[in-house]
Amino acid sequence: MAKRVTIDPITRIEGHLRIEVEIEGGKVKNAWSSAQLFRGLEIILRGRDPRDAPWITQRACGVCTEVHALASIRALDDAVKVRIPPLARIVRNLVHGAQFIHDHVTHFYVLHALDWVDVVSALKADPKKTSSLANALGNYPKSGPSDFKAVQDRLKAFVESGQLGPFTNGYWGHPDYRLPPEANLMAVAHYIEWLRLQVKVARMMAIFGGKNPHIQSYVTGGVTCVADLNPRRLAEFLYYLKEMQSFIDNVYIPDVLAVASFYKDWGKIGGTTNFLAYGNFPQNSGAYKEEKMFMPGGVIFNRNIGAVQDLNPDKITEEVTRSWYEDTPPLHPFKGVTKPITPKYDTEGKYSFFKAPRYEGKPCEVGPLAQVLIAYARGHKKVKRVVDAVLKHLEIPATALFSTLGRTAARAIESKVIADEMVSWVSEAVERLKKGDTKTVAEWKWPGEALGMGLIDVPRGALGHWIHQDKNNKIANYQMVVPSTWNLGPRDAKGQLGPVEESLIGTPVADPKRPVEILRTVHSFDPCIACGVHVIDPVTNEVYKFKVL
Amino acid sequence: MGHEAATGREVQGMEHREILEQVEAKGLNRRDFIKLSTMVTSVLGLAPSMIPKVAEAMVAKKRPTVIWLHFAECTGCSEAFIRSTYPWIDELVLEILNVAYHETIMAPSGEAAEKTLHEAIKEYKGRYLLVCEGAIPTKDGGVYGRIGGRTMLEIAKEATSHALATICVGTCACFGGVQAAAPNPTKAKGVGEATGVKTINISGCPPNVINMVATVVHYLLLGKLPKLDDNGRPLFAYGQLIHDNCPRRGHYEAQEFVKKFGDEGAKKGWCLYEMGCKGPETYNNCSLVLFNDGTNWPIGAGHPCIGCSEPDFWDNSAPFYEPL
Repeated sequence: MAKRVTIDPITRIEGHLRIEVEIEGGKVKNAWSSAQLFRGLEIILRGRDPRDAPWITQRACGVCTEVHALASIRALDDAVKVRIPPLARIVRNLVHGAQFIHDHVTHFYVLHALDWVDVVSALKADPKKTSSLANALGNYPKSGPSDFKAVQDRLKAFVESGQLGPFTNGYWGHPDYRLPPEANLMAVAHYIEWLRLQVKVARMMAIFGGKNPHIQSYVTGGVTCVADLNPRRLAEFLYYLKEMQSFIDNVYIPDVLAVASFYKDWGKIGGTTNFLAYGNFPQNSGAYKEEKMFMPGGVIFNRNIGAVQDLNPDKITEEVTRSWYEDTPPLHPFKGVTKPITPKYDTEGKYSFFKAPRYEGKPCEVGPLAQVLIAYARGHKKVKRVVDAVLKHLEIPATALFSTLGRTAARAIESKVIADEMVSWVSEAVERLKKGDTKTVAEWKWPGEALGMGLIDVPRGALGHWIHQDKNNKIANYQMVVPSTWNLGPRDAKGQLGPVEESLIGTPVADPKRPVEILRTVHSFDPCIACGVHVIDPVTNEVYKFKVL
Repeated sequence: MGHEAATGREVQGMEHREILEQVEAKGLNRRDFIKLSTMVTSVLGLAPSMIPKVAEAMVAKKRPTVIWLHFAECTGCSEAFIRSTYPWIDELVLEILNVAYHETIMAPSGEAAEKTLHEAIKEYKGRYLLVCEGAIPTKDGGVYGRIGGRTMLEIAKEATSHALATICVGTCACFGGVQAAAPNPTKAKGVGEATGVKTINISGCPPNVINMVATVVHYLLLGKLPKLDDNGRPLFAYGQLIHDNCPRRGHYEAQEFVKKFGDEGAKKGWCLYEMGCKGPETYNNCSLVLFNDGTNWPIGAGHPCIGCSEPDFWDNSAPFYEPL
């Protein structure tokens, strides 16, 4: 007997998401993903000075802060056809890399961990055994028995206060929490440790970005922080980076592996079919087609790692058949036409504020798993080394990557690869300073009417901003196709499920009132709903037409 | 932690009632408890005015409850909040406050989360601090923003009506923010305007965590909320202009201006007035306290201020690169 279960709000994400599933025989048979808020940033952008766009669009999300500013500035650079100087390129890569570290590690501990970790069970742990466990997995300070006992005491006092705060009504004691008490206590201690450490990653971004959240130093043609490009600031950045590398290597990755070892069957749950990435961390300046990226872009269809394809942005379309917009055929972002309708929730009809992005008409997963798979498929040595080590350690086959477990592991793998590479970018900056290079902004001229495209991979996946400015150098149109729209968007005209919907099919659910299994997979996509929803014009009902020049 | 004896009557009265309720909840007789408190106070050689404080200390102290609601927002203010270093965010959540509802960090989802909000409002009715992040969409009855099937407007009206005080964090909750920028497609409003409730406004996009935490700590230590300006913003943070305390003010006075980003003036940290800086019209303390534990701030990173703590700055400060 099929039973419909609605989970709204989905917590421990960014934004407002509603997930509905049909459960039969203890497994998910069908699923619908619905974004519940929209704000209309692209309408707001119309008519404005294009240079204001990065600051407005950055407010798409404060968890994935910086990323929209980066995509936007790349679109502006493209519209005016400027090549940014090397120092500016390095600064943007360093700030963007720091955002990956902050976003990914915070996601695991603060947003995802409680799906795998039973906090209440940590109260029963033996601090000595916890210490042994931690020290076997990694080499990190504050890992002695008294350290874990101190955490346990704090937790005990907290629970005994009777005010359980964010742990109230959690699914503690759920039959599918599998970690022993010591692993739970260790995870809680590491969660608290990361809460204090993430403050320092934010400082890294502030060094060259001005502040975090919401940096303020990217401009068309480069960056403004020339006065911070000095040995003192680079050393400050580097030494924070070293602390983060130590945490990633000795705490984050070991914790992911420890959790994974108890949940190995999750290597067969939560997988999708197609994967897409734009590429990341340009190593030279130029139009998107000319950039050599440290992390490569591409598309993989049907899990076929042996046949990764080059990505062609012209093949991206967005559909609105099952979204709260008037129907149009699938359209490329430069040609978007959008007319709103009142949001009436109907799983047989329209049910989300998200549109449905498609590549060659197919839904694609974006994010760390896509980024890692595509890099692996293209023979990226550094990615390959870490992936192979993880698979070997867990004694699981490569096919296990196509899953919730794989997605979660990919997030950690990508964090390590990026953090380690950032050290060499700091060195690159130093070498430039030694040569007397201080150029951070390249000259550019207002082009009049122009199109610009800013594509880049960000922590949640492939992010694209498209700008069309008019002959008066004002924004005529602006479109954002955002990672969470790819991942959490609805069905299309052909009825193809969006990636998260597909991934939920077959998920076992022991207790529909405590759907922790569903949360494990939904959270593995690291949803950011504020990001993903865009354009409607309920006021003027205006039709937007993008001219292709 | 205690309130001074000479705190406002309202606070003292609330405290008295709260203590006696807790006493009863523990199965003690009110009259006996008052007698006991009186005796203990005199034994300790304290003045009779200290009786309520002693009573309070004898009852297991409950942490003040915070309900944090997210509306039309980007979660940047929550992110800013966890950058706190004194106290650390784990200390705020585990030892100092009772964060009874916060969607970004709470364990349960769906029905269990809705239950948590409902229970928290019920149990702490009249006594919780409501923190709001994000604006309220109001067009078409507010259907453009929903949580658990209810509009944000409905949730905000309910939650503000039972709160001890409503604190808006971020320009969105205070004044409408980015979604309210022209043409405001969803008729987004600040929480105060949408609900008719008077709110304490900690504006900024996002606000400096120092100012968020300082406001809460002001209440905890002094038993009352700080003095506010005409926009409901605490004067201790928003009483002066960025320009008043800018380290580049000397360059402004000497007419040493950056003309192009990255030029020789930029390398010397010259004034960004000609690059569009809105510091002369923006009330905030960024130039004094900086961001991220003194690491930097926008002007320090060579970029003009965009006036993010001012109402309607998305329209009034724009274009951001045109000088005042």
